[in-house]
Formats: sequence, C-alpha cells, structure tokens
Amino acid sequence: MIKTLTVIASLAASTTFAAADDLKLAVTTSFENAGLADVLLPQIKADLDLDVQLLVVGTGQAIRLGEAGDVDAILVHSRKAEEAFLAAGYGTHRREIMYNDFVVIGPKADPAGIADDGSVIEAMQDIAEAKPAFVSRGDDSGTHKAELAVWASAGLDAAGFGDWYNAVGAGMGAALNTAAGMDAYILSDRASWLKFGNKAGLALLYSSDPALFNQYAFLPVNPAKHPHVKNDLVLQLEDWLVSDTAKDLINGYTIGGETLFVFNANAE
Amino acid sequence: MSNLFPLRLCDAQVRRRGKTILGPVNLELDGQGLTIIVGPNGAGKTSLLRVMHGVERLSGGTVQWGMNDDHARERQAYVFQSPIMLRRSVADNLHYPLRLSGMARGEASPLVADWLARIGLQGQRQMQATRLSGGERQKLALARALIRQPEVLFLDEPCANLDGRATREFETLLLATRDSGTRIVMATHDLGQAKRLATDALFILGGCIHESAAAPAFFETPQTPELASFLRGDIVE
Amino acid sequence: MTEIFEGLRAAFWLVIALDPELIDIALRSLQVTLSALVIACVIAIPFGTYLAISRFRRRRLVIAVVNAMMGLPPVVVGLIVYLLLSRSGPFGVLGLLFTPTAMVIAQVIIITPLIASITHQAMRELWAEYHDLLISMHTSKWQRVKTLMWDGRRNLLTAALAGFGRAIGEVGAIMIVGGNIDNVTRVLTTAIALETGKGDFALALALGFVLIALALLVNFAIHWLSRTEREGLW
Repeated sequence: MIKTLTVIASLAASTTFAAADDLKLAVTTSFENAGLADVLLPQIKADLDLDVQLLVVGTGQAIRLGEAGDVDAILVHSRKAEEAFLAAGYGTHRREIMYNDFVVIGPKADPAGIADDGSVIEAMQDIAEAKPAFVSRGDDSGTHKAELAVWASAGLDAAGFGDWYNAVGAGMGAALNTAAGMDAYILSDRASWLKFGNKAGLALLYSSDPALFNQYAFLPVNPAKHPHVKNDLVLQLEDWLVSDTAKDLINGYTIGGETLFVFNANAE
Repeated sequence: MSNLFPLRLCDAQVRRRGKTILGPVNLELDGQGLTIIVGPNGAGKTSLLRVMHGVERLSGGTVQWGMNDDHARERQAYVFQSPIMLRRSVADNLHYPLRLSGMARGEASPLVADWLARIGLQGQRQMQATRLSGGERQKLALARALIRQPEVLFLDEPCANLDGRATREFETLLLATRDSGTRIVMATHDLGQAKRLATDALFILGGCIHESAAAPAFFETPQTPELASFLRGDIVE
Repeated sequence: MTEIFEGLRAAFWLVIALDPELIDIALRSLQVTLSALVIACVIAIPFGTYLAISRFRRRRLVIAVVNAMMGLPPVVVGLIVYLLLSRSGPFGVLGLLFTPTAMVIAQVIIITPLIASITHQAMRELWAEYHDLLISMHTSKWQRVKTLMWDGRRNLLTAALAGFGRAIGEVGAIMIVGGNIDNVTRVLTTAIALETGKGDFALALALGFVLIALALLVNFAIHWLSRTEREGLW
C-alpha cells in the first residue's frame, strides 16, 4: 500500500516537474474582480514563460492556503493578517506592490447624507445614525477587515448594530449584488465597483480619504516550512511585479477612464 | 468418475415459521424413468422438488447424491411453473447456461441452433424472450434446461398455464428427453398428464409421501383410500 | 426578464462564434464529469448489484448508509476532500489540490452513493425475477452480478444519467477543491458562480444555458443510442 502511494506520489511529482513553469498564487477577490490580472498574466507569460494560476479567495482563506502550503505565494491586502503570517514563519517576507482604495457605495438618493462629508469617519457616523440598510462582506476578507477598521476609527462597533446591518458572508461581487437588491450602503474596493455590472440604483457616494487606501502586498510562502513550493519561480515573479514593465501596466490600467491602482513598490 | 445416482433423502424436513411444510421424507431415486409427483395443492410437491434439487434449506435430515453437491448441481436442471425468461433474445437465453459452463460462443452456436430447431423457434431467435407466448416460453425454458445435457431434470407443473396444443408439444419434447436417458421428476396436478407420462409416481399428502408405486398400478390399484379418492377427483385434505 | 433574454442572446452568440474559452471550459466540464462518472459507475454498479443479491449481516445498515450518503452536502464533501488533499493534510504529498484530479475525486464521492442506490433499487426488482432461475443454475455470486448488470443495463443507464446530471451541475465541492483556476480547473458551474459574482448576469446566464444544453445533449445522445440498440434487437 505504501509502495503504491509512493509510486503515485512520484508520478504526480514528476508530472508537476514536467509541466515545470507554473505556480499557484492566492489573490483576493477584489484584485481578480478588478480585471488587472487579465492584463498582467499574459505579459508574465510572455516575459517569464510562467503560467500563474490564480486562486481567487478572500484574504482569510488566502492566508490559510499559504499556511497550509497549498499555494506558492499570496497577494493580499490586510496588513495585520500579513504580519501575523510572517511572524508565524509561514512567509519569507512581505513586498508592497501597489494600492487602490475603498469607496462607500449607497443608494443614489443618499438617505444618510454622506456625499458631502469631510472624512470617512464622519460618513460612517452619519450612516450609523440614519441606520439605512448596510451590507457587510462578513467573510473575514481584507475588505471586511478594512470596513471593521473604519467603523472602529469612527468610534463605533459593528457587532452592536441592529438589523439594518447585514453581514452576508460572501465575496465582493455577491455582496454588491445583495446591496443592489436591498438598495443598501456598502464599502467596496473601487475596482470591484467599477467593474460591477449590476449597479441598479446604487452610486459611488464617498471616496478619496487616505484612510481608505488599500495596500496590496506579495508574500512568498516559506520554503523552509513547505519544501515543495516553487520559491525560485516565486522570486522571478516578484522581480517582475516590481519591474518597470509591471509599473507601466499597473499605473496605466483604467476602467471607464479611471485609474484603479497606484504602483508603489520599492525597487531593491 | 462417480455416479450421480442414487439420490437418497433421509428424514428430509422443511419447516418455516414453526409449520412443517415437508417431511420427514425418506426416498431413494435411481437413474431410470420418469417419476410423477401428484397431490393436492399445498401438499408439498414444490418443496419436495426443491429439496431434491438442493435449493431449499433443510430444517432436518439429509439429501445425498452419489457425488459431492457442487458436482451434482451441475448435472441437474429445473423448469418452473411460470418460466423465467432472461431479458434478452431467445437465442441468448439458450446461450446463457453454456456461457456459465465456460463454453465459447462459437462452440455454443451449433448447439443453440439445434435446440431452436427442436422447439420450433428458429424464426424468433432474435426476438426478446419476454415477448414470446406462454407455450413458447415454456418450451424455451425446457430447451434452456436441457442444453447442458443434465442427467436429471426437475419440472414443477410446467404445463399449468398452457393450452392443449402447447401441452402436447411440451409432452412430446419431454418424452424424447426421457427416451434419450435423462432422469425426469415432475410435479403435476393434471392426472391425465400423469397417466400419459409416468413410469412411476409418488402421492404427496400433508408434506409426506403417502403412497408410491410404478405406473400403471399406481393409478389402477391404489392401496390407500386417500389416493383412491384423489384419483377419483375428490377433495383430499 | 430582460436579463434572461440578454442571457439567451449572449449564449447564442457564444455558441455561434465557437468562443474558444467557452469551448475550453465546456470540454473541461465534460472531461471532469465523465471521468468521475466512469470511475463512480465502475465502483457503484457492481456494488449496488451485489447489495441487491446478497444477504449478509448488517446489509440493511449498509443500504441505509448508502441511501443517507446520497444526501451528502457537496460543500461538505468538498471541504473534507480539500482538507485531505491540502499540503498539510494526509494526502498533501500527492500535490493534487487545485487540479482536475481533485475535482474528479470530489465528484466520485458525491455521485457514487447516488448511482449505487439507484442501481440497488433497480437490481432488486430484477433479482426478484431472476432469483429462482439463477439459484437453480448454480451460478456463482459474480456470475449473478454480471447477469443482472447485463440484463438490467437500461436501468443502469438511468442510474448513470442521474449521476451525470448531479456531477455536471455541481459547484460547491469542485469550487473548493478545484479553486476555479482559469484554464486549469475552471468549469461551467464555477465560471457561472464567478460571473454572477461580478454582476455579469448575461454572461453567467449564457454559460448556464450552455450547461443545460450540454446536459440535455448528453442525455439525448445516450437515449438515442440505447433506442437504436433496442430496435436492432426486435
């Protein structure tokens, strides 16, 4: 039995080596939904002859995938979780690549009156006061954590909200679908909002407070913990992600004329 | 090679849910002739046949062939009151037992063709067996039972559901089988058929063999009042 | 309502244009599902038939378990297979997570009880019919199983089609174990979930119609094949 397993394992391993140049990268839903991958991946394939297989999940699951060694690297946006990941030794290092920003979406009529607010803190307080329907991702994703952080910075605790606050436990697209159906407020990343096809009665009401900036970082999985990860390919990919080619593609990526991501990697 | 016969039943008994269905039966069967089993409904004719064939679980006693059971079973065949047709073509129904014995299809084909001719179903060879008439089915069941050339053939009221013409055709086939040396044991409730075919006969009553004798004495000079009244057509309990 | 028409129109154009990505995804769906179906049938059909013909202690318990497993929530199956195949799980060394093989494994687990149960039901009836004859002919267990499988093959086809239907439309488990990776493990159902998430209902619906059409096509094809066979026999 053990012999058979070893044979199967070595076969499986050999086929992986035969199709050498691919690696698995866990990314967040917001990154994938933005459509930037469709621009970057073909260029990576052309430059490095590398197939990057994207696993599109929430930040929480992305980090679990990295911890289990089921992916070779992760690209996420939740600083606290990333630092815990590094501290536990699951990643080798953290490389900031780019940022985009979160925006507050709500019904066009804006019953909470947040469109003219001076800061996101003010906006969140207005919402908590007016108690209009609000949809939260509720899935432990980076966006969800960002939303909770914004509530906290406004001196509010989402756990104490009444039934106007709906934690749907779903990805960005599904949560936006829900918000569109309920005519509710929601915190979304700008890219997902712009790419979202079912806007219904919703509009972008508040954005551009620096507190809403959303930093993406690239974390290779530690080969000391998981010897099977393709660390050399990961490092090649990282070099490419901080290169000028990547910079031009990221900064030049627009939807409906709007820039979505700002490249901010430090060349080492 | 040992002989299949004689078959010996020693105090063979079948009980189900506290009721005795058969026995105790003591019986010795040699390799010759056509034995007819008669008796009222529920007397145990079917059970006796099944016990002899080895497909009924015994509650007591023994059934012993002249050789070990596995080999003995391969030299027997059984035809049921309502024929069980495999859901395949007429020809494939005949191929089936030969395939079970491991015979190649090519080798089996001439045998199958021969038996199809004997039972007059060459024209229907490709037909689904389940679409045959009652008489045709029973003839096919008989051919299927005989195609492996068993040394003993059991039949359980095979003509109960057949019309006159089909019964005559069936009996003709049966007599040919007897004449070719196959031992036959057959249960029937049709006394006319019993008289036409029997070389000897058993009268079963209440699960036991009440009387047995060679034909025609069995029919002409019954020794017990029960058999006499059964032969007269009275209801016997 | 307009979205449904939009979806139909989009589906129509995707098919007419032989969209290479669509064909790729549809073929992968078929490949994964048919592989799972073949493996599940090889396990479930003899097993279901065996259950129908044999009498052993705890047989009722086994049947009850098989029937209960028909109701296994695919998401749970997916999660368990995921944990087993994860690099930190017992079979992690095989490196199967997020591959089509993992999706096949999950689907096999989901549809095998279904096929086994339907097989058992159908074979039980056929066995009741054949019981006396096959016992009388002194057949071995394996010969009985083979006979029932051959003569009941039309019923088994129904069982297989039920398994196919459940597998091709399954999304929860294969999303978890396959990861919905573009060009690797993305199939019709996971693509639909993805497009719905993006709010692109027209494309999601279009893929849905392609999925339904595919399922119908396979069903018709198999029924047509079995009908020609029947006509040949009569």
